Amino acid sequence: MNKIEARLIQSLKEILSPDRVLTSDEDLVPYSFDGTAALKQRPGAVVFPLTAEEVSECVQLARRNDVPVVTRGSGTGLSGGSVPLDGCLVICLVKMDKLVEVDEKNLTLRAQSGVITKEIDDACAKVGLFYPPDPGSMKISTIGGNVAENSGGLRGLKYGVTRDYVMGFEVVLPDGTLTFLGNKCVKDVAGYSMKDIFIGSEGTLGIITEVILKVLPRPKARKTMLALYDSMEDAAKTISAIIAAKIIPCTLEFLDRVTVQCVEDYAKIGLPTDVEALVLMETDGHPVVVEEEAAQMMALAKANGARDVRAAADEAEGAKLAAARRNAFSALARVRPTTILEDVTVPRSELAAMVAFIDAVAKKHKLQIGTFGHLGDGNLHPTFLTNERDHEEMHRIELALEEIVEETIRVGGTVTGEHGVGIAKKNFLKRQLGEGSYELMRSIKKALDPQGLLNPGKIFD
Amino acid sequence: MASANLLQSLDYSVLQQCMHCGMCLPTCPTYVETKMERNSPRGRISLMRAVADGDLQVTKALSDEMYYCLGCLACQTACPAGVNYAELFETARAEVEQAQVDDGMQRGFWRWLSLNVIFMRPWLLRLIGRVLHVYQSTGLDRLMRKLRFFGLMPPSLKKLEPQTPKIAEQFSDDLIWPEEKPKQDRGYRVGLLTGCIQDLAFSNINRDTADVLLANGCEVITPRSQSCCGSLHAHNGELELARELARRQIDSFDLDSLDAIITNAGGCGSHLKTYGHLLHDDPFYAEKAKQWDKKVKDIHEWLVQIRFRKPTASAGVSEVTYHESCHLCHGQKVVSQPRQILASIPGLTFKELPESNWCCGSAGIYNITQPEQSQKLLDRKVANLRQAAAPVVATSNPGCHLQLANGLRSCGSSHPCQTVTQPVTLLAQAYRAEQGPQGMGVS
Repeated sequence: MNKIEARLIQSLKEILSPDRVLTSDEDLVPYSFDGTAALKQRPGAVVFPLTAEEVSECVQLARRNDVPVVTRGSGTGLSGGSVPLDGCLVICLVKMDKLVEVDEKNLTLRAQSGVITKEIDDACAKVGLFYPPDPGSMKISTIGGNVAENSGGLRGLKYGVTRDYVMGFEVVLPDGTLTFLGNKCVKDVAGYSMKDIFIGSEGTLGIITEVILKVLPRPKARKTMLALYDSMEDAAKTISAIIAAKIIPCTLEFLDRVTVQCVEDYAKIGLPTDVEALVLMETDGHPVVVEEEAAQMMALAKANGARDVRAAADEAEGAKLAAARRNAFSALARVRPTTILEDVTVPRSELAAMVAFIDAVAKKHKLQIGTFGHLGDGNLHPTFLTNERDHEEMHRIELALEEIVEETIRVGGTVTGEHGVGIAKKNFLKRQLGEGSYELMRSIKKALDPQGLLNPGKIFD
Repeated sequence: MASANLLQSLDYSVLQQCMHCGMCLPTCPTYVETKMERNSPRGRISLMRAVADGDLQVTKALSDEMYYCLGCLACQTACPAGVNYAELFETARAEVEQAQVDDGMQRGFWRWLSLNVIFMRPWLLRLIGRVLHVYQSTGLDRLMRKLRFFGLMPPSLKKLEPQTPKIAEQFSDDLIWPEEKPKQDRGYRVGLLTGCIQDLAFSNINRDTADVLLANGCEVITPRSQSCCGSLHAHNGELELARELARRQIDSFDLDSLDAIITNAGGCGSHLKTYGHLLHDDPFYAEKAKQWDKKVKDIHEWLVQIRFRKPTASAGVSEVTYHESCHLCHGQKVVSQPRQILASIPGLTFKELPESNWCCGSAGIYNITQPEQSQKLLDRKVANLRQAAAPVVATSNPGCHLQLANGLRSCGSSHPCQTVTQPVTLLAQAYRAEQGPQGMGVS
């Protein structure tokens, strides 16, 4: 295991302050991982800058000494994007946590990268505004991490993902240059849209230190519904019918049979365990429109074969209906010691067939896979329940994943809808992108970071 | 002393259950304070796992980290994967104690005196209580303060001296008969745990607990000179002593004849419900301990379970807020029941406390071992109480009760909240008020 030279540590302590440079084993072990299963590497040191200038100085020092840099927020990523490299410097941005401004005139919000995602939406809510992207870890994920990973969430179909809300940001480039990309203007065609290359770049091109986000007026009403189906086909047909009826719901979430059974085992909320699909639907907006759309959605669900459809009378009842979806991951995570969460995504029209395919693969390889996810945008979360110490079973998981990825690519899908490539999906990327697009991506990395300083070995080698 | 690596011999799947998703971080008071991973549950678990894997030595720094943890178990409520942090935390503390990495002479002496001597001997604890009571009631404590006697003590202890709990004049055995029968029997027979600190400082709350049980048709059995439940020992790395106390506790009740064993202290209850695990490889006690776990009920949990009778008179208090004991809400998941009890009292308006389930900093003996962090949490709690703006706060753990009282006392009369009480006390007062003025106060 490589250490960072004492002389460098001393310089870091001078740039920052001694208490913001961590080097002891007890301090570093807890930075060996992020939220991804079975990935672990102790870094050489961890630093906590407070300003963009400090970040820049750390990057320059690392560059001069050829020490790789891995940027980290709260470490909740699910593809290994912020897992350290041997002997690397981890720049952790959680202490850059100032929410700089909420601009009600321009409908924008400005925050340092370490601000927690939920705090951004909470600040919006106070003045009747809304920041829609809601990744599962939003209670602790940082906005900088969300931008770097282009995080999704439950509202993709209607509201899009993080990218759709990023208007600009301050970024430290691999040579230490501090610059600003984008601005508060809705329209801006001055040159290349450079910010778009950095969104979702997983810390490989620059370190984002402050962001300007677009925010929306907060929807006044919301209605929650739950539908149960005897076939996933019928659930998918319902969604197509809803969209054909010109309704864009804000939530369309599903649980497959295995997941429903695990939820019922764990939370005992009285779900029938013989359903093939459970669908949670929500529509939001103007109260009158919400009522009308909800009635239409329920009628369409029944017309397309739903066994049972329920609507919540109020927020509290809505929370009860949403309990199954909310408990889905917890319920699955308790079944076995290791939980591997995947996020293959297919065009919406292919979703039902893909769920059936995953089910067949699980049976073939004798694995436990529960699938849940976002019906509206085709984003699936096949969740492997296993034990990382069981090497034979882990091998079968590799084989199963290989088949799932192959099928995903065949039907025109993507290996990752919202978690990113990181280390976990690296081996599948070329297959999905093809030679031309893959090399184009690498050439951008080489142009911006010829030394391979920032998060090397992530996304591609 | 045994030399086995305790974390290594622990069932590895308990460590593995943590999928390091980070959902515990925003609920951990120490992580929120420092924003450093080692001060978080997921960070601490990674350290424990590194020790179990042989990748990390047991050092003083590791010991410091395990004692910086409050053990509030807020992480258990937040954890999607159901990690048993309580077990991990107790094992890790036992590991660092066994490795003797933090054995200053003074620390060793005080630990030995309190854990091995005083809290193992109910008679000695109560004798000390009697002496303290005399000392406090004769005004000797104020005299000593005036004479600056405590100037001789180290500053950290000097600061704590005024926080010594006010010892009750009578203990539970003086206030509660070994067997008490209700006027209207509903056929329930329950055992009552009187605790140790609860017994010394809040014996009246034990009386109130017996009264609400009687008012709800339960026959109450209260064994004499009860021992400490051992939670103090388990949380401080002395698992052997904890096992000894658990066996004693089980032996003091005739389990088969009781429908429930009632505890009214959140911290004790959380530990009392895990005797099954603590004694799982004890050939004589494993089965009994399992049965014991099933019968231990927090008083609020039990009252709601047997559909307690709503009082018809008021408790003489108009507004109340509620601070949750960590080990009641996170440890035992008893969340709605105390609120239901408070809401049932006529004329009493219940106001929610912001961050009601955020630790107050008492955390067993944390206020003694980590006074600085404890004070920060107390300040946060006192500020939230100010926001709730109720004249009375109810809680249900002696540690929280003392901590809140100390925090509010230091604010003086400017703070809107002036009284700390417990839900059972308010309920008992309401039941007594039903009897008219003559029924008030006296049982």
